[in-house]
Amino acid sequence: MEGDTLLAVRDLTVALPIGGRLVPIVESVSFTLGAREILGIVGESGSGKSVTSLAIMGLIDVPGARVSGSVRFRGRELVGLAPRTYRALRGREIAMIFQDPMTAFTPVYTVGWQIDEQIRAHQKISRKEARSRTVRLLGDMGVPDPEQVAGRYPHQLSGGLRQRAMIAMALSCNPALLIADEPTTALDVTVQAQILDLLRGLRRDYGSSVLLITHDMGVVAETCDRTLVLYSGLVAERGPTGALFARPGHPYTAALLDSIPPLHGPRPKRLPSISGSPPTPDERPAGCPFALRCTHVHEACAVRPPLVACGEQDVACVLPTEGRPLPPRFVPEFCA
Amino acid sequence: MVTSVLWRLGQMLFVLVGISVLVFLVFFATPGADPTARIAGRNASPETMARVRVEYGFDRPLPVQYARMMEKLFVTRDLTSYVNRGQKVVPEILEAAPVTVSLVSGAAVIWVVLSVVMGVIAAALRGSWVDRGLMMLGLVGISTPVFWLGQVVNLVTQSRYHESWLFSWVPGLGYVPLTEDPLGWFRVLLLPWLTLAVLFVGIYSRVLRADLVAVQSEDFMRTARAKGLSPVRVLLVHGLRTSMITFVSLFGLDFAQLVGGGALLTEVVFGLQGVGRLTYQGLSNLDLPLIMATVMYSAVFVVVANAAVDMVYAVLDPRVRDGG
Amino acid sequence: MTPLPVETSSPLIETHDLRMTYRVGRGRVLRALDGVSLAVQAGEVLGLVGESGCGKSTLGRCMLRLVRPSGGRVVFDGIDITAMPERRLRPLRQDMQMVFQDSYAALNPRRPVGDLVAEPLRVHSAPGGGRRNGVEIARRLVELMDLVGLPQAALARYPHEFSGGQRQRINIARALALSPRLVVADEPVAALDVSIQAQIVNLFMDLRDRMGLTYVFVAHDLAVVRQISTRVAVMYLGAIVELGEADAVLHHPAHPYTAALIAAVPEPVARTDGLPPPLRGDVPSPIAPPPGCRFHPRCPAMRDRCSVDPPVLRRLPDGREVACHYPVLGAEPDLMPGLPAFLATGPAAGRPRH
Repeated sequence: MEGDTLLAVRDLTVALPIGGRLVPIVESVSFTLGAREILGIVGESGSGKSVTSLAIMGLIDVPGARVSGSVRFRGRELVGLAPRTYRALRGREIAMIFQDPMTAFTPVYTVGWQIDEQIRAHQKISRKEARSRTVRLLGDMGVPDPEQVAGRYPHQLSGGLRQRAMIAMALSCNPALLIADEPTTALDVTVQAQILDLLRGLRRDYGSSVLLITHDMGVVAETCDRTLVLYSGLVAERGPTGALFARPGHPYTAALLDSIPPLHGPRPKRLPSISGSPPTPDERPAGCPFALRCTHVHEACAVRPPLVACGEQDVACVLPTEGRPLPPRFVPEFCA
Repeated sequence: MVTSVLWRLGQMLFVLVGISVLVFLVFFATPGADPTARIAGRNASPETMARVRVEYGFDRPLPVQYARMMEKLFVTRDLTSYVNRGQKVVPEILEAAPVTVSLVSGAAVIWVVLSVVMGVIAAALRGSWVDRGLMMLGLVGISTPVFWLGQVVNLVTQSRYHESWLFSWVPGLGYVPLTEDPLGWFRVLLLPWLTLAVLFVGIYSRVLRADLVAVQSEDFMRTARAKGLSPVRVLLVHGLRTSMITFVSLFGLDFAQLVGGGALLTEVVFGLQGVGRLTYQGLSNLDLPLIMATVMYSAVFVVVANAAVDMVYAVLDPRVRDGG
Repeated sequence: MTPLPVETSSPLIETHDLRMTYRVGRGRVLRALDGVSLAVQAGEVLGLVGESGCGKSTLGRCMLRLVRPSGGRVVFDGIDITAMPERRLRPLRQDMQMVFQDSYAALNPRRPVGDLVAEPLRVHSAPGGGRRNGVEIARRLVELMDLVGLPQAALARYPHEFSGGQRQRINIARALALSPRLVVADEPVAALDVSIQAQIVNLFMDLRDRMGLTYVFVAHDLAVVRQISTRVAVMYLGAIVELGEADAVLHHPAHPYTAALIAAVPEPVARTDGLPPPLRGDVPSPIAPPPGCRFHPRCPAMRDRCSVDPPVLRRLPDGREVACHYPVLGAEPDLMPGLPAFLATGPAAGRPRH
């Protein structure tokens, strides 16, 4: 999935003041996103995936927070952009959808009103024109009876319809980049499948690139072209989704995949689990952040490993450079 | 819609009847005290006592006594205060009510407008010196006693500086009905309004600021910013309306209790013959008919204000309209 | 996981035609449970799966009589506890405990862990009657910490000092303090990260082996349920649609809903195309469920009869129970172990054939 680079993030570091000092929540995160590409950022809670997306949106407003590094969107630097300029970009060229569509809509206005509002914030068109576009968008998102749904309040809609309306709102100004932060976590699994189907279709129907943020490895596997694995605010591994899931290069990726109970094939007697829990940002060790829980840990891990090529991926681990990469993962063959 | 309004009205009626029964029982059916003597007043002649006993039916069972009382309050409206030389009570209240309603309504407009402005500005500039200054000002307002403030205002505008160009427009203490002289009404009430509003501006601006700050961390505020809306629009259109619930509840309670007589101190300081003063008189003279009537009057206001607050909720929040 | 030898022939807990309705205003009624009958044998792990609003959590709570059902019966160890007053229920409560999803909300933040775990030991009397003394309680606390894999030092610390996974261990320790026979776990791993989730699932399985526990495991995650359960009940809108051995139900679903549910689970194996078409529509509101078969508006195999005639749960030749007029029968086992049966049955992928 090579194409023109839409978004290039380089050494993005976000530090928030915690207990009187600046603690880097996200450290030196780098990746690129091509046109019409879906990139998954996957990590557990506290891995910094949401902070990364908010930093790209310029929505980190904690007093005293520091965002450094570079975020280039269509060749334009976003870090340090003036608030007014950023605002014109938000919602129009970069749009975002959030985890819980119940709380992400303002409860006191109809969903149609809220979509109209976004359109009219960026384009000088009449209320009527805005509403007709809103209704068309809702229809495109698979909302039955869109005219009527536009007049409903968020609490009157089901979770699936709310998320469809949220996506319609995000797409209302035809953005080049859609950031989806855990878009299906609050939804039932059958509805999740519908929403993921919708997201996959966006590049075809709208030409949008999608940055999909999730904790669910299954969602990434079924949706994303490329995947970025974050661990404790740092990139552990990034690369094409197929390769990354078949031959994970980082022990964390491999262990994470192993710890998911399989739905098919023989049941393991015990689930391979990762001992302990991830370090908090202020307790992050100077070396490899995964060293404390890693079964391959040795002296070399006391120094923070740089990203190195390993197969098709880039991996922040010393094993490939030491000439002993991880073996390919055993995956029960079930996909024709 | 119609059924819910009827249901609501029925509820209000039920509450009012409940309150009237309770008040009646407290004042007229307390064991060990003869209500006849209390209504007739101290040192009443035996003839007066006998007349009162028959008039109020105190020689008959309690339900009849209650019905008599309600009839005198609401139907014949000839409840008479014997303590106060045969003054009819109901007209007295109807005369005092416009004074109090004028005083409280004007003050309410001032305090709502000022506290919304102050609260929004403080929340928008959270953590800045403006925010701290406004909130400090609010605290000063809360801690200033209204009778003291009123006296100082009177001292300044009525005597010491009354002749200066700044305060020469201030009329003497008292009340001018709106229907007779609108400008005079406004002039005579402006200072009482401001005095009464000070405390509430302090409370309401602080409450609103706290709610606005809390709403900032809501998901929908983040969505609104992600849509590319201006900070002012995010705060006013998405933040303010969703954080008005506490504000509106407080307002309903405060407004009702002020109209029901809670503005006593302001009324006394500015020489306004309002309901608060009337209640005070009734209490100090143990004038039972007057007390009964003023309590019922303020109960009506509290109940009506509550219903109004519920309706405002429904306007503000569609979730309330749908019943949760 | 092999079932432990069953001690008695009667089930440990059973429900008969269990119903739970809530009034939701304007004369509308929400049927959270609409006639659920099942039995759990001692030593078994019954997984309850389904989407939100299917009634799985309500069922778990009714089984423990944390709520009183509106109709039907709950029988625990041969004793009808449906309408038993709380006072008489108390001695039985030692035998049935619950673990909740939100590990933090379930623990009083102002009291040290030792206090929280000891609470049931103080409240309930010892097996022989009489109160437990301090030494007994202290000894039991040490055992419990060991059992759930926490250091003894944890007893003196406060809930907020622990991670989500550790807090769930504390909750499990508290649930196990009185050596219950039945544990109902309501989404106990849903709030945990995957790497921690695996630890807790393993802990549940170890504890079952060591203490001979019986679980009712409520979860929305099919893979987690498959890992831990011996039998699975799939619920939809307040009723069981399929009930049977975990492997049978999840490898060869007979009910189209079960099949769709399995097909919808995103699996951590890269495949962005060739995915089955997702199920249409949302889960209907349990206030106004569809007539006939409740699943019929979303069912890919719907026929005329389904919209009028509600199917009842019936036993199939292989022992499982299913509530469908046209269940998928006799899919060849193990030819395509990975594929939900209705996808494996023929060229019309996504539509069951009959």
